[in-house]
Amino acid sequence: MSTSETGTARVKRGLAEMLKGGVIMDVVTAEQARIAEDAGAVAVMALERVPADIRAQGGVARMSDPDLIEQIMAEVSIPVMAKARIGHFVEAQVLQSLGVDYIDESEVLSPADYVNHIDKWGYDVPFVCGATNLGEALRRITEGAAMIRSKGEAGTGDVSEATKHIRTITGEINRLRSLTKDELYVAAKELQAPYELVREVAETGKLPVVLFTAGGVATPADAAMMMQLGADGVFVGSGIFKSGDPVARAKAIVKATTAFDDPAVIADASRGLGEAMVGINVADLPAPHRLAERGW
Amino acid sequence: MAGNTPPVGVLALQGDVREHLAALSALGADARPVKSAGELERVAGLVIPGGESSVIDKLSRIFDVRDAIRARIASGMPVYGTCAGLIMLADDLVDGIAGQQTFGGLDATVRRNAFGTQLDSFETELDIPALGEPPVHAVFIRAPVVERVGPGVEVLARVDDGRIVAIEQGPLLGTAFHPEVAGEHRFHERFLERVRAAS
Repeated sequence: MSTSETGTARVKRGLAEMLKGGVIMDVVTAEQARIAEDAGAVAVMALERVPADIRAQGGVARMSDPDLIEQIMAEVSIPVMAKARIGHFVEAQVLQSLGVDYIDESEVLSPADYVNHIDKWGYDVPFVCGATNLGEALRRITEGAAMIRSKGEAGTGDVSEATKHIRTITGEINRLRSLTKDELYVAAKELQAPYELVREVAETGKLPVVLFTAGGVATPADAAMMMQLGADGVFVGSGIFKSGDPVARAKAIVKATTAFDDPAVIADASRGLGEAMVGINVADLPAPHRLAERGW
Repeated sequence: MAGNTPPVGVLALQGDVREHLAALSALGADARPVKSAGELERVAGLVIPGGESSVIDKLSRIFDVRDAIRARIASGMPVYGTCAGLIMLADDLVDGIAGQQTFGGLDATVRRNAFGTQLDSFETELDIPALGEPPVHAVFIRAPVVERVGPGVEVLARVDDGRIVAIEQGPLLGTAFHPEVAGEHRFHERFLERVRAAS
């Protein structure tokens, strides 16, 4: 008995394990948080503006007001996540002091440091980070991330980048599995990731942490497709509360995420949802406005 | 021994299903994900995983598996629940979300999120006489506790402050912590023994 430890890697990665098969929803008010919890979200992401609005309004996007985050924490009993800017370790300290359940070091906000990410080992609160490929995911895990989400292109409602990133990560993992032991040293060099981690992924065929997907998921079929492509769960940002009927859409995406391999259920979930978010084709976005290119 | 164990299921609506399937498979069991009443019919025991209990409850109703699970529990099917699974097995729930229901079966009252936020999640060693040595390495993640037990319920484990974190009542077993993420298989073995005994 007696020796009890908080903030361990197992405890931090463990919460993400418990979120698997679930939908994490962006919310900007306590009322939206209540809708998300009632609709079956496994967690909510508390923020001031959803990515679609950050994109439309421009300017520097920062950590949300602590009052807003605390209102949302007071409203729901499912886990509450909040975003810090890439490299902004003081925003992360603040979020930890508020008692949030997870911090998203997120490219959706404006980066605070174009060289370094946050040293996430130094916190008791777990972090989730975005990645567009396996090397990026492994670098974030090396820095202490306890959960990875593929980035996609937030705030667009265009799922193509999410597809590309989850396929890239799973494809690179599969490639590692096919390499011989002596080839893994070069693979580690090419991935710009520590050899030990690369070897672990090659042996187990998966990341050592949970892999969700994010960025552009707007429909039940989008969510189910991400699950069929190997995601452990989905983040839905603007897709719910920028749609015509957020309550119905939130429930439908939860249902399709669980029944991701059952087209009849996905068809039912897709009926009568009203308008999806209007969205932006990623191909029409000039490069400087692509959020996925933030972080490295 | 494992060859005599009929197939068992892990309720696969949401949560750490994979870890439970791995733990059961490591013990030689034929373990299958269960999402529907039809799949439930083909297993002789059920593990309810960790996850978000309010979501598992909703999905069990959406996918019409709740009533089937309740009927099987009433007819004596062995069930093991961890964390959210313990919540689902409790007759009475405190601090659930509005309208949240459980399957019930264990004559106990369970408080959801009893230890606080994720910052209060912890791992520790627990002496559990029913399992013998060595102590159990127990991982608590936004975990519940048992606040009341009925006369037929055996308390298997408490944390240092005396709060109850593992209970058993006939073929029903519940832990507030997660043996499946710590390589601890004795609870799963105990569950499989109940399945063999019931078949």
